[in-house]
Amino acid sequence: METLIEFLSFEYPNIKYVVFGTILLSISSAVVGCFTFIKKKSLVGDVISHAVLPGICISFMVSGSKDPFLLIIGAFISGWISIMVMDAIIQNTKIKEDAATGLSLSVFFGIGILLMTYIQHSGNASQSGLDTFLFGKAAALVGKDLLAFSIIAVIVLLTVLIFYKEFKLISFDPQFAKVIGLPIKRLEMILTSITVLAVVTGIQAVGVVLMAAMLITPAAAARFWTNRLSRMILLASIFGAFSGISGAFISYSAPSMPTGPWMVMILSIIALISFFLAPRRGILIRQWRRFSIRKQLLEENLLKAFYRIGENSGEYFSGVAVDDIRLIRNFSPAQLAKGLRKLRVNGYVERSNDSWLLTNEGFEKGKRITRLHRLWELYLTKYLRIAPDHVHEDADTIEHVITPELEARLEKLLEYPTSDPHLSNIPRNN
Amino acid sequence: MIHQVENPALEIHDLTVSYDKKPVLWGIDLSIPKGALCGIIGPNGAGKSTLIKAIMDLVDMNSGYVKLFDQSLDEVRSRVSYVPQRESVDWDFPASVLDVVLMGRYSSLGLFKNPRKADKEAALKALEMVGMEKYYKRQISQLSGGQQQRVFLARALTQNADIYFLDEPFAGVDAATEKAIFKILQDLSKEGKTIIVVHHDLQSVETYFEWVILLNLRLVASGPTKEIFTPSLLEETYGGKLTLLSEVGELVQKGEFKAREKQ
Repeated sequence: METLIEFLSFEYPNIKYVVFGTILLSISSAVVGCFTFIKKKSLVGDVISHAVLPGICISFMVSGSKDPFLLIIGAFISGWISIMVMDAIIQNTKIKEDAATGLSLSVFFGIGILLMTYIQHSGNASQSGLDTFLFGKAAALVGKDLLAFSIIAVIVLLTVLIFYKEFKLISFDPQFAKVIGLPIKRLEMILTSITVLAVVTGIQAVGVVLMAAMLITPAAAARFWTNRLSRMILLASIFGAFSGISGAFISYSAPSMPTGPWMVMILSIIALISFFLAPRRGILIRQWRRFSIRKQLLEENLLKAFYRIGENSGEYFSGVAVDDIRLIRNFSPAQLAKGLRKLRVNGYVERSNDSWLLTNEGFEKGKRITRLHRLWELYLTKYLRIAPDHVHEDADTIEHVITPELEARLEKLLEYPTSDPHLSNIPRNN
Repeated sequence: MIHQVENPALEIHDLTVSYDKKPVLWGIDLSIPKGALCGIIGPNGAGKSTLIKAIMDLVDMNSGYVKLFDQSLDEVRSRVSYVPQRESVDWDFPASVLDVVLMGRYSSLGLFKNPRKADKEAALKALEMVGMEKYYKRQISQLSGGQQQRVFLARALTQNADIYFLDEPFAGVDAATEKAIFKILQDLSKEGKTIIVVHHDLQSVETYFEWVILLNLRLVASGPTKEIFTPSLLEETYGGKLTLLSEVGELVQKGEFKAREKQ
C-alpha cells in the first residue's frame, strides 16, 4: 500500500515520465487497434511492428545518432513501405492475404535483424541500446522520448477524433463510402499512417514482438462489452491506460520486473476476464444460460409426465409414485430427485409420504407443455408433411421454445384443433 | 434489340470491363429513360453486379464511358444512390441500425461534422418508410436478412437521390420484405426517380419492371419490358451459346492481354 501511495504521488520525476509515457502509448495503440480489429486486419500491426526495424537501423546508420525523432522517421518510412509491399503482393499476384502478410513481415524483419547485427559488430560505441527496440524499454523513458511520444500520441488521437465517422464508414462499407464520394484512398492512407505511428511509438515500450498485443488485445476485450464503436474505442483506451499504469507500477515496486511485458500481461488478463465475464457475449453467461435451459427442460418434462399420468388415469390430482413417472419417461434417479425438489420449492408439486401430487399451477403448466407438444406435432404433419411417427422428437424440443404469442398464432393457423396426429386430445386453455 | 432513348437518365457507351484480367462485360451500349423502373436480368455470372459496379466506378473500365443525366458520376454524385449486396459487408460490425442509416447522410455532412438532429430525423423517417422504425436502436448483427436489406434501403433513401442502383435487393429476403421494398421502389419511380435493380427471379420481372436489360457477358437487349421480355430474347440470354466468348475471355486472362489496346 505504501508503495502504491509513493508511486502515485510521483515523488520521483522519472516515474511521472514513465507513467505518463506508457499511458499515452497504450491509449494511442488501443484506439488505432480498434480500427484494425474491426477491419479484420489484426495482423497488420504485427507486420508494421516487425517492419520498422530496418528503418530504425538505416536511420541510425545514416545519422549516427539515437535521436528519437530521427529514428521514428526511419521507422515510419519502413513501416509504410511494408504495408505497400503487402498490398502490392495481394493485388498483383495470386498470393492471398495471409501469405502476403507473412512474407512482408518476415522479409522486413529479416533485413532489420541483419542490419542490427551488422551495427552491433561495427564497433560503433553509440549503438548500445538500439536493441531495446526489440524488447522495449518502457521503464527507461526519458525527457526527449517522452516529448516525441506525446506529440505522436496527440496526433494519432486527434486524427481519429476528426475522421471518426469516415473511418467508421470505410471500415464497415468501403464501396458505399466510395460511391457517396468519400476520398477513400486518402482516408485509408491516413488510417495506415496513424497505425504506423502508433506502432512506432508503441514498440519503444513493449518491443517488436509484443506490439501486436498492444494494438489488438484492448480492442478484442472491449468488443465483448459493447456493440457500439464509440464505446468500444473508449473502453479499449481505458483498458490500455490501465495496463500502462499497472505495468509501470509493477516494475516500480519490483525493479526486476519489466514494464512492457507486464503491460501486455495485464491486457491479456483483462481480455480473459472479458472473454469469461462479459454480459451476453461472455462464456460464463452463455454457460449459465445453457444450464438454466437444461433445468427448465427437466422441470417442464416432469410436469408433462405428471399430466400424462393424470390423463391415463383420469385423476390429475392424485398421488403419483416415482416409478410411475419413470414409466412415462426415462429420467435418471438423480434428475428425478433434483427436478422434483425444484418443482416442490417452486410450488408446482407437493409431497405426501412416498408419492407426489400436482398443484393447480403444476397442472396448468403440465397441460400447457402437453398442448404445445401436440400442437407442434400437428403443425409438422400438416404443413411440413412429415410422417406422424417422425414428429415426436422434434416436438419434444419445440414445446419448450414456443411463446404464448406463437402459441396463439399456431392455434389459429391450425384452426383450433382438438386432437393431434396420434389422435390424442389437445387440451384447451381455460 | 437495343432501344436508345433521348435525354436518358443513364447512358452507357461502349463499356468493356474485366474482372481479375478476364473480360466479363463486352461492349455494352445502352440508355435508360428518366423515371424508369428497370431490371437487369441475366444468369449467374452474366456480369449484372459488375455492370452496376462499373457504373458506380467501383471497378475499372477497359473502355467506354458512363453518363448520368448527361454528366459524369463525379459531377452528379449527390443525385446518385447505391445499395450494395447485403452480403458485401460484415453485419457483426459494432453499430446500431440508426448508425448505419445515418451513413447515407455522411456525404452531405462533410468532414469534421457529426450527424445533426435533422440527419437523425431524416434517418428515422427513412426507417419508417421501410417499416423498421421500431428497430432503430437494434444492433445490426441481430437483424434477419430481410431486415438487413431494409436497413440498406433506408440508408439509400436518406440521400434523396434522383437515381437508385440496387444490387440484388430481393435476394434471400422474406416475401413481406420483397413486397415492401418493391412498393417503395414503385413509389420512387412514380415521383420521377430512376430505379435500376439487379434481379434474378424471372417470375416477377413482368410485374416489377417497365424496362429490362437482358445481360449475359454482352448486352442482349434493352428496352420496354413488353417488347424485350420475350421467349426468344430470353433464350438468347440464358441459352449456353456463348462458350466461345468465355473461352476467349479466359485466354485473355491467361495471356494477361489488355482487353483493349490503348488507342
